[in-house]
Amino acid sequence: MQQIKKDFPIFKRTINGKPLVYLDNASTTQKPIVMLKVLENFYFTSNANIHRGIYTLSEEATDKYEAVRKKAAKFIGARTEEEIIFTKNTTEAINCVRVSWGEKNIKKGDEIVVSSLEHHANLVPWQELAKSKQAALKIIPLTNDYTLDAEAYKKLLSPKTKLVCLTVESNVTGTIVPVKQMTALAHAVGAKVMIDGAQSVGHIPTDVHNLNCDFFAFSAHKMLGPTGVGVLYVKQSLMEEMAPFMYGGEMVESVKATSATYRSGPWKFEAGTPNIAGVIAFGAAIDYLSNIGFKKIMAHEQELLAYAKKMLAKYPQVKIFSPSQKHAGGIISFAISGVHPHDIATIFNNEGIAIRSGLHCAEPLMNYLGVYGTARMSFYIYNTKKDIDTAEKALKKVLKTFKL
Amino acid sequence: MDIYTETILDHYQHPHHTGALNDATVSATEHNPLCGDVIKLDLKIKNNVVEKIGFVGNGCAISQASISLLCDAVEGKKISSLKKLKPKDIYDLLGVTISPGRIKCALLGLSALQKALKLTKN
Ligand SMILES: Cc1ncc(COP(=O)(O)O)c(C=O)c1O
Repeated sequence: MQQIKKDFPIFKRTINGKPLVYLDNASTTQKPIVMLKVLENFYFTSNANIHRGIYTLSEEATDKYEAVRKKAAKFIGARTEEEIIFTKNTTEAINCVRVSWGEKNIKKGDEIVVSSLEHHANLVPWQELAKSKQAALKIIPLTNDYTLDAEAYKKLLSPKTKLVCLTVESNVTGTIVPVKQMTALAHAVGAKVMIDGAQSVGHIPTDVHNLNCDFFAFSAHKMLGPTGVGVLYVKQSLMEEMAPFMYGGEMVESVKATSATYRSGPWKFEAGTPNIAGVIAFGAAIDYLSNIGFKKIMAHEQELLAYAKKMLAKYPQVKIFSPSQKHAGGIISFAISGVHPHDIATIFNNEGIAIRSGLHCAEPLMNYLGVYGTARMSFYIYNTKKDIDTAEKALKKVLKTFKL
Repeated sequence: MDIYTETILDHYQHPHHTGALNDATVSATEHNPLCGDVIKLDLKIKNNVVEKIGFVGNGCAISQASISLLCDAVEGKKISSLKKLKPKDIYDLLGVTISPGRIKCALLGLSALQKALKLTKN
């Protein structure tokens, strides 16, 4: 793993005269040169629209685009590529479920259950849906160890529950949620399950078939792919009854002056010209990750997480928000009493280190944690222990500046 | 490039004019959705002069120091002159270069003040 930084051209950069140390991977990851080459080559040599032209370029582009649908399906354990809808990101994928499934299936008096670890992307759409349908939104509380309260979850479930929305991994605490067991419990009361895989797909293996969830969303840009590409997996048995998400070209079968019929399968949900180059380049990111393999990726992140936790724990002024369970992802949030997270991030930036600070699009979670925000380090394949040593130097500067 | 000067740290760690006023004639709340900083500014205005000012809030060193410095500068001033305050005046009070990402922090207090002044009948 030591050589991996070389595959990422951005690490040639310096920030404030220091080599870039990038510890904000939960926001978005950096991009390997192999992926960037595919992106560039598409525009240089193969650019054409898909599903339209009866000419070589368009046929090539269509084949490449559709090949990534297959690749993505295989990567997350979908049974067929017809379960894979391309969107622009996780947020759009979740909103597609809200519109195409939720509008029809959530009714007055129904209940939607969401966890307190959710990113706004898997919370706010359900707040809105609940409000417009006069349904109730129920929140699974946290334990003192930053995990979800399993007993409380069971008590929230009832025949009224129509949808359960869970993240696989928290973007704040790194908590890994036992989504498989929780999905089975939801299904037992007849609810559907929406899983947010934004933080997990590039970090731990995904098998949607085994997980048996109904919907699963993630973003390419958080797993070495380009921005502007997301995936929504929908269980095949549910897709047919779902309404289109948007209307227009590409998603239609035949159009008369005053009415139209729509394609079936994922194509029904992909109106207009999609991010063709982005999707094709995403295929290269999947290949790159597959070549490394999750065994190595997970071992590496676990090693960095343990090292970072140990480093932070040396400083009694630092409060760490990370579950004690062995299986947490490579994300660690912390706070220092008397120093605002923004000031921590500014001083880290002076040392060339990018960390996230603030609310992490998880405002309710901040309230549960009882803080105004946290500073967060999140790791990926190219990070090293040396990066964490650099972070320790910056941390010492924070404490010195604020005389703590 | 070090924005954590003695002045800023001193105002952050020992801010002036903290606490709500129970005889406020006008109040305004301002909020920075990016970082969650919230401030509530209370003013007691008499004869078009700010007699007293107090704030309640939390935030980063830049936002808190800038509010503390602003409150020092505002007390005893005429509304007409306060209405002319510009971002540049705040940067001058802080005495450091504010990077684009921190402008909202630096100007949180000024926005609250401007809001409060708008609410004052004149
Ligand atoms: C858990 C989680 N869900 C959803 C999202 C939203 O992803 P996107 O901004 O790509 O839609 C994020 C991104 O920060 C996330 O961490």
